[in-house]
Amino acid sequence: MNIIGFKRILKSGWINFTRNTFVSLSAVLVMVVMLFIISGVIITDRLLSETLSSIEEKVDVNVYFNPDIDESVALSLEEQLKTLPEVERVEYISKEEALERFKERHKENQSTLSALDELGENPLGATLTIKAKNTSQYDSIASFLKNYQSVNLSENHIDKINYFDNKQAIDTLNNVIDGSQKFGFIISVIFIIIAIVITLNTLRLAIYISKNEIHVMNLVGATEGYIRGPFIVTGAIYGIMATFIVMLLLVPISLWMTSIVQNFFIDVNFMDYYIQDFWRLVMWLLISGIVTGAVASSLAVRKYVNSKRR
Amino acid sequence: MIYFDQVSKIYDDESIALDNVTLLIEPQEFVSIVGHSGAGKTTLLKMLLAEENPTNGSISFESTDISSLTKKEIGKLRRRVGIVFQDFRLLPHKTVKENVSFAMEVAGRTDEEIASDVPYALELVNLIHKANSFPDQLSGGEQQRVAIARALVNQPDVLIADEPTGNLDPANAYEIVQILKKINDIGTTVILTTHNKGVIDELGKRVITMEGGKVIRDDQEGKYNL
Repeated sequence: MNIIGFKRILKSGWINFTRNTFVSLSAVLVMVVMLFIISGVIITDRLLSETLSSIEEKVDVNVYFNPDIDESVALSLEEQLKTLPEVERVEYISKEEALERFKERHKENQSTLSALDELGENPLGATLTIKAKNTSQYDSIASFLKNYQSVNLSENHIDKINYFDNKQAIDTLNNVIDGSQKFGFIISVIFIIIAIVITLNTLRLAIYISKNEIHVMNLVGATEGYIRGPFIVTGAIYGIMATFIVMLLLVPISLWMTSIVQNFFIDVNFMDYYIQDFWRLVMWLLISGIVTGAVASSLAVRKYVNSKRR
Repeated sequence: MIYFDQVSKIYDDESIALDNVTLLIEPQEFVSIVGHSGAGKTTLLKMLLAEENPTNGSISFESTDISSLTKKEIGKLRRRVGIVFQDFRLLPHKTVKENVSFAMEVAGRTDEEIASDVPYALELVNLIHKANSFPDQLSGGEQQRVAIARALVNQPDVLIADEPTGNLDPANAYEIVQILKKINDIGTTVILTTHNKGVIDELGKRVITMEGGKVIRDDQEGKYNL
């Protein structure tokens, strides 16, 4: 196809879109619903992973040393931990620092502070706070600690490892993360399939209306590409227009959702997600809209163009 | 120019649309085909446009066997054969000018050719003043004239008019026939099917009468005789 032919197809597709007002409006609206569902899936996925990672951020394992052990014991364990691939970071809190933090935390509570003074010495031990790269890896870090403790340390070196207290909570969180991701994926796929099927059918009906027109094009000798081209262009325009409308609609919806969730004291700002994810959203919606519109139109027209000779 | 050689068409349900039809249509002829509904007139035209294949026999356009054409060649054939239908079949979302231009666009003609030929075709059917109107803003007679302009604009060798006056009042029908005569006078072969006795008797041209899928009469200066 030459450039003139391509230009004529684009123009004809645009004319189909602007002059078939009612058909275009209904096709765009159905596509808006489809793209809205897809954008909902993208935003929910983002929200879920942000929430989960903020919860994950709060999970760690602490090793509390007895106050009377030498600092080098804690530091050598810290070095060992840093070599583990599962460990993201290790924070060493010396017994002095632990005392400072304790005092800071209880600065309003005079009786606790005076009780501490009466003791005359620092009752707190050093602490190692360990963050894993993934919550599922705490188990293997805990086994390492258990093993390290039995080989390198005597029984009174470590006061407590809090992983064993938190184990149940960490396991539950792992299950929640895993379950919500699987559930989210299945629901998303189902919604997207429903939306695409409805859109395909709407576009099929839109083209059914034009079947006489397609027959006339056949009879004046138009090639298959020349007949299908404008319909494919119109389908793609439906996708572009629907993307534009969905991106506009998401602004007030994001603001509204933010105010709703803030009533529940959840600190999530949908508007921030919208702004940060703007181009990613536009890209996905455009791809989904244009591909669905163009492919659906192309398939629907083919049925009438390929009216084989009997 | 067009030769139907012992053509038969039998559909799957065993109904016979054409039964051993042999016909020769010469260049620049004006041929009317008459017959009751179901006589086989439209089937004959569809075969000429390669919309249907014969069950037996062959149809030649000049020296080409129509039933052996590829999709691409069918497109080329159809650009040499203009067609006008009873129900006009204009593209509803295109203006008069765009409807006529469309036939030239699909034939791959340049913008310059379109700009010069479309007004000429519209003048021929006396509709230049309605160039920017949409089909639903025109009367039946005007819509049929647009359809004729569209069929003519590629300067086809043959113009097929399938019941072009069927939906028109006598005055508009008369006007359409006059245009068809004018087109024939400038050298285009015209094949007309009609039920309109007045039109046929007034033309005084060749009349082929069909019945039950057969040609029962072929008169050089015929009358409507059913």
